[in-house]
Amino acid sequence: MSETRVIPAKRELTTKPRLSDKVFRGVVTSGGLSSLVILGLIFVFLLSEGFQTIKSQGLYFLTGSQWNAVVTDAGTIDTKQSHFGIAAMLVGTLICASIAVIIGVPISVLSAIFLTFYAPASIKKLMITIIDLMAAFPSILFGLWGFFVLGPSAEYWAKLIHKYLGFIPIFQMPADFYTRSPFVAGIVLAIMIIPIVTSISREIFSQTPLDRIQAAYALGATRWAMLKTVAFPYARGGIVGGTMLGLGRAMGETVAVYTVLNIVYQINWHVLLGAGGNVASLILLKFGEAGPAEVKALMAAGLALFILTLIVNSAADAIVNRTSKGGR
Amino acid sequence: MADDINNPDSGNTGKKNEEDMSTSSLAAVAAGRQSHAPATQALGVGLEARGVHAWFGDKHVLNNISLDFWPGTVTALIGPSGCGKSTFIRTLNRMHEFIPTAALAGEVLLNGEDVYAAGVDVTKIRLKVGMVFQKPNPFPSMTIAENVLAGLKLAQLKVENKDDLLEECLERAGLWKEVKDRLGTYGGSLSGGQQQRLCIARSLAVRPQVLLMDEPCSALDPGSTLKIEETIQHLSSSVTVIIVTHNMQQAARVSDYTAFFLSDGGPGEMVEVGPTSEIFSRPKDKRTENYVTGRFG
Repeated sequence: MSETRVIPAKRELTTKPRLSDKVFRGVVTSGGLSSLVILGLIFVFLLSEGFQTIKSQGLYFLTGSQWNAVVTDAGTIDTKQSHFGIAAMLVGTLICASIAVIIGVPISVLSAIFLTFYAPASIKKLMITIIDLMAAFPSILFGLWGFFVLGPSAEYWAKLIHKYLGFIPIFQMPADFYTRSPFVAGIVLAIMIIPIVTSISREIFSQTPLDRIQAAYALGATRWAMLKTVAFPYARGGIVGGTMLGLGRAMGETVAVYTVLNIVYQINWHVLLGAGGNVASLILLKFGEAGPAEVKALMAAGLALFILTLIVNSAADAIVNRTSKGGR
Repeated sequence: MADDINNPDSGNTGKKNEEDMSTSSLAAVAAGRQSHAPATQALGVGLEARGVHAWFGDKHVLNNISLDFWPGTVTALIGPSGCGKSTFIRTLNRMHEFIPTAALAGEVLLNGEDVYAAGVDVTKIRLKVGMVFQKPNPFPSMTIAENVLAGLKLAQLKVENKDDLLEECLERAGLWKEVKDRLGTYGGSLSGGQQQRLCIARSLAVRPQVLLMDEPCSALDPGSTLKIEETIQHLSSSVTVIIVTHNMQQAARVSDYTAFFLSDGGPGEMVEVGPTSEIFSRPKDKRTENYVTGRFG
């Protein structure tokens, strides 16, 4: 078979779009890009404002923990003697957010499972309304509630944790001071992220393909076995995604943490001790009385939080992409 | 009819796409298959429906169905859409109550015992009465092997030699030869027909006494349909098969008994049941005759 076959050149496949299509495409594209542009502008703003501080503080900005603005007689900031270090704040942010996720996510996932697979219709409706309402609740109210109501009870729980789990380093207490600890702030944040994690988990659980659920039941599965083998693998990616949104919220939350947490300029790994840090709360705390140069330092802190959130979210995305494959 | 045979294995599978088959040719198909029904009637009681009614909310969808399924036979349920065939087989393994508003009256006896009796563990019933669905539904996150053995995990059953069971079930489902070298790949990588046979293998792994099939071939191409039908033929010696089908040729090819369901706008009723060859050659009821001759439906 030495006959040579003539292979034609590939044709270009085109369609002439209609005007209405073009217009709609433009509207959708600009809508889609706008959030990206806004985020980019904020980033540029923070970078240009904060760059000077990062340059003058050098590595200390990330590794140091002191925050004091020394004002010269002329009314400007003495860049030599002022210290702007956010290490304690970054660590504190991660600690509070982690506590929030550790406490909030299991509660959210269990609620989502209850709402999707167990709750009678009437309770389901009511609970969804209440949980959605929780998401719309002003964060200052969570802060006040955390300060006045939760704080005292949480202190008692903290003492119990210290008593029985004190051998674990993070539960040790260098001083007998339990008030306004990262632990309390973490619980408040946990309550604040429950709505978003619950509603995303619930959404994904309710999309579990009916034919797989039926297949499991038809094989003699109990409801628990069905959840474990069918619903959970399916929903895992979505739960991780919801958790990341919750984590983002927990890391960026300002007022509630500011109200509850005792901000101390020293890295503290003891979660039960009443001393913590939080970048966003630092900005709120200092912004009112800050001079122009300190405001720039606060912008730099904001930039650091921005980047930290970005890193955490990208890491999360990578995890989601890896874990969600099997379930689909 | 012998001229139409294109599959020497089963010896009774007619040519596909013969939408306008006459009653007589269907009857010939039905008569041509070697029914082992009479020989196996002595095996035991099997599955019996006694005066089964079903509702969804206030809607009465199934009216007073009484039907016996003999061990080792294949029973086909035929009838136009919406006549309650699927609802009926879902009452047999208690998948009916899966729908929130579903209600039921009557009894379903498995080996003489009512599956709806108080204190009956519904998961045990579903182990004995397996089910294959219209759309192939393997678990996509599991490999082929894991899919077959999924029932053991779901129902927490213990088996001594899983490899033997795996091979046996895939063999019985007619899939072993095609997948034996790739048991570790995901179930979703198979073709539609292979997926459906995988689902059959999965149902067999928990050793059901009865296998319900709800239009198992309606989403498949003719070649895959043929394979499933062969599988059903092989299975019927060890499992009682109840198959819902819209395809009358299929009913004629695979079943020993055929029940004709019909709804005149009200709840679905069973018009007639009998040996498949009789339903297709000399139905007692005029409505059955109209349906099997293709005059409506």
